[in-house]
Amino acid sequence: MRIIQYREALREAMSEEMRRDSNILLMGEEVAEYNGAYKVSQGMLDEFGEKRVIDTPIAELGFAGIGVGIAMNGLRPIVEFMTFNFSLVAIDQIINSAAKLYQMSGGQFNIPIVFRGPTGSAGQLGAQHSQAFENWYANCPGLKVVVPSNPYDAKGLLKTAIRDNDPVIFMESEQMYGDKGEVPEEEYLIPIGKADIKKSGTDITIVSFGKIMKVALSAAAELEKENISAEVIDLRSVRPIDYNTVIKSVKKTNRLIILEEAWPLASISTEISYMVQKNAFDYLDAPIRRITTADTPLGYAPTFVAAFLPSIEKVVRIAKEITYA
Amino acid sequence: MANSFYLYQNPARLDVKHSFSKLNLKLCSIPKFISFAVLVKMAKNNFTKENYLGWYEQMLLMRRFEEKTAQLYGQQKIKGFCHLYIGQEAVVAGTMSAIRKDDKIITAYRDHAHALACGISADAVMAELFGKVTGCSKGKGGSMHLFSKEHNFFGGHGIVGGQIPLGAGIAMADQYKGNDNVTVCYFGDGAARQGALHETFNMAMLWKLPVIFVCENNGYAMGTSVERTTNVLDIFNIGNAYHMPSESVDGMQCETVHHAVNEAALRARNGDGPTLLEIRTYRYRGHSMSDPAKYRSKEEVEEYKKKDPIEQVKATIVSKKYADEKWFEEIENKIEKIVLESVDFAENSPFPDPSEIYTDVYAEPDYPFINE
Ligand SMILES: Cc1ncc(C[n+]2csc(CCOP(=O)(O)OP(=O)(O)O)c2C)c(N)n1
Ligand SMILES: [Mg+2]
Repeated sequence: MRIIQYREALREAMSEEMRRDSNILLMGEEVAEYNGAYKVSQGMLDEFGEKRVIDTPIAELGFAGIGVGIAMNGLRPIVEFMTFNFSLVAIDQIINSAAKLYQMSGGQFNIPIVFRGPTGSAGQLGAQHSQAFENWYANCPGLKVVVPSNPYDAKGLLKTAIRDNDPVIFMESEQMYGDKGEVPEEEYLIPIGKADIKKSGTDITIVSFGKIMKVALSAAAELEKENISAEVIDLRSVRPIDYNTVIKSVKKTNRLIILEEAWPLASISTEISYMVQKNAFDYLDAPIRRITTADTPLGYAPTFVAAFLPSIEKVVRIAKEITYA
Repeated sequence: MANSFYLYQNPARLDVKHSFSKLNLKLCSIPKFISFAVLVKMAKNNFTKENYLGWYEQMLLMRRFEEKTAQLYGQQKIKGFCHLYIGQEAVVAGTMSAIRKDDKIITAYRDHAHALACGISADAVMAELFGKVTGCSKGKGGSMHLFSKEHNFFGGHGIVGGQIPLGAGIAMADQYKGNDNVTVCYFGDGAARQGALHETFNMAMLWKLPVIFVCENNGYAMGTSVERTTNVLDIFNIGNAYHMPSESVDGMQCETVHHAVNEAALRARNGDGPTLLEIRTYRYRGHSMSDPAKYRSKEEVEEYKKKDPIEQVKATIVSKKYADEKWFEEIENKIEKIVLESVDFAENSPFPDPSEIYTDVYAEPDYPFINE
């Protein structure tokens, strides 16, 4: 099969959808003439013109709100945040407008908008450029939150997100844009809200999403060498969460580790732990464990980066602890 | 929804394209070499009998509807935050007569008059205030969040200034579609202090969006007077910083508001972008139902009541002999009937079923909500 980069998969998704539906437009900082801060939208200005690929000033609150207004009036905007750290400037319009208008209007104004861009840390960028807000957005009813972990998923999920009639937060990663993977030439869509078992196994379930799926899969490969068979589940979206796939897996493996790039308090892993203890209490042979980031802002030095993030070693160590290996 | 109870027909918010008033219908067929300034001048002082009778009826409905609302609030039939528009009616009435039915309206939480003037029935608005399922937002919005897609009313919004970028976006979508609709985006003097306003003004000018920003300067943001929030007392000056055509307008008169909005709408339809109108007005009542308004003097309120917009229109109708006492009586009765019937309608409508809590949250019909 054809191999392309994650950023190319995203570009294909947007371009294919924009060719199909003239109501779709892309707006954000540096998306047009600069070809995207991370080159996701490379060439799109040339193909679609400045009416549909729109450079904005650095005014996240303003252009997020303008995007929502555009969506209220029948179009389907894609709003790119240079990174989701900067979406905090716009969060009022995401939470108070995009997520609320359909309900407040009694079902008259749905908001078909995609807010997309990179989430999470990307090396030594310091505290303000290294944050993951998946759980913040996932907390809010009215939104959907999608976090694809590879090029194939990125394309199929972004196409679905663009066609979705509700507001979708679509979170990518600076550290994944160059990742390569198999993406077929033919069109396909991936539904939002369905987890994907990326590797099946019998001894332990490992759940993650987004960039940290790489840690999960590498750890599973390490564990395989030690005869521990891990089932690895990619949530793909964290609102809604496909609890059933996780619970079903835990009923088989009886053990669960959740990996996540997020501060621990009120994280996605906390939520999944609750649901699993409630629905599979009798199946658990060990406490559910979560591996999050450190409960701190991320400092600049390389030693901090290593200490902050979930690591393969930590997953392997905890997996052995709870399988009593 | 019993829309038929709503008898009032907005006389001037016309369906016809390019017809902001009868006069302008004629002006639009005038060759282009007549300058914009001349056109605007020609449009002045040319209001018809229908304009005045329409304004009177429309404003009287707003006034009587809200007087009844205040009563019902006292009786605890209406709850929550509830903000009255009494005193400010000419701002909405003068706007509506200058724009078309396919134009879009968006405002803040002080939205009863805007909703009524867009043509939402008194029944549907009153039922919404009661939280009934027959309300214009199915009981999900309440006083602050009236909406009607059918009437191009894009809502009442509760975050001060939050509707400003939304209004620009609505206009941007119309620009994208290539029609010549305009969006009128209302906000208060307090909202003029929000960052969202500045970001939006900048982009609206940059992209020449067909939006009219109407700052309803009623002198106060809750208990804080304009003087206590800024050194720039002339709010319209904010627009000048973005080279946006901006002016202040007497908001106690329908005529001045109409002229200003008419000019702004011409500009927007012509592709020349946004306008900021600082419309100076006054609310007679407190900020919301719970505000006794102790931060201002009785004399100040009385000064403004002397310029009451409804009385001013009435005086013109009388002096120009557009109608007699009998007509005023008829209108008063007609509106009383509309208002009382809207209360009956609201009283007799059911609250939404509790199961409706899960509807209209997502457009997707089978969204898997978490139950426990
Ligand atoms: C972001 C935000 N901050 C504070 C409030 C509380 N609040 C509601 S109305 C209001 C005053 C707004 O005044 P103004 O914009 O002049 O409008 P007016 O009430 O006079 O129509 C305040 C502070 C709010 N709703 N939203
Ligand atoms: Mg005010």
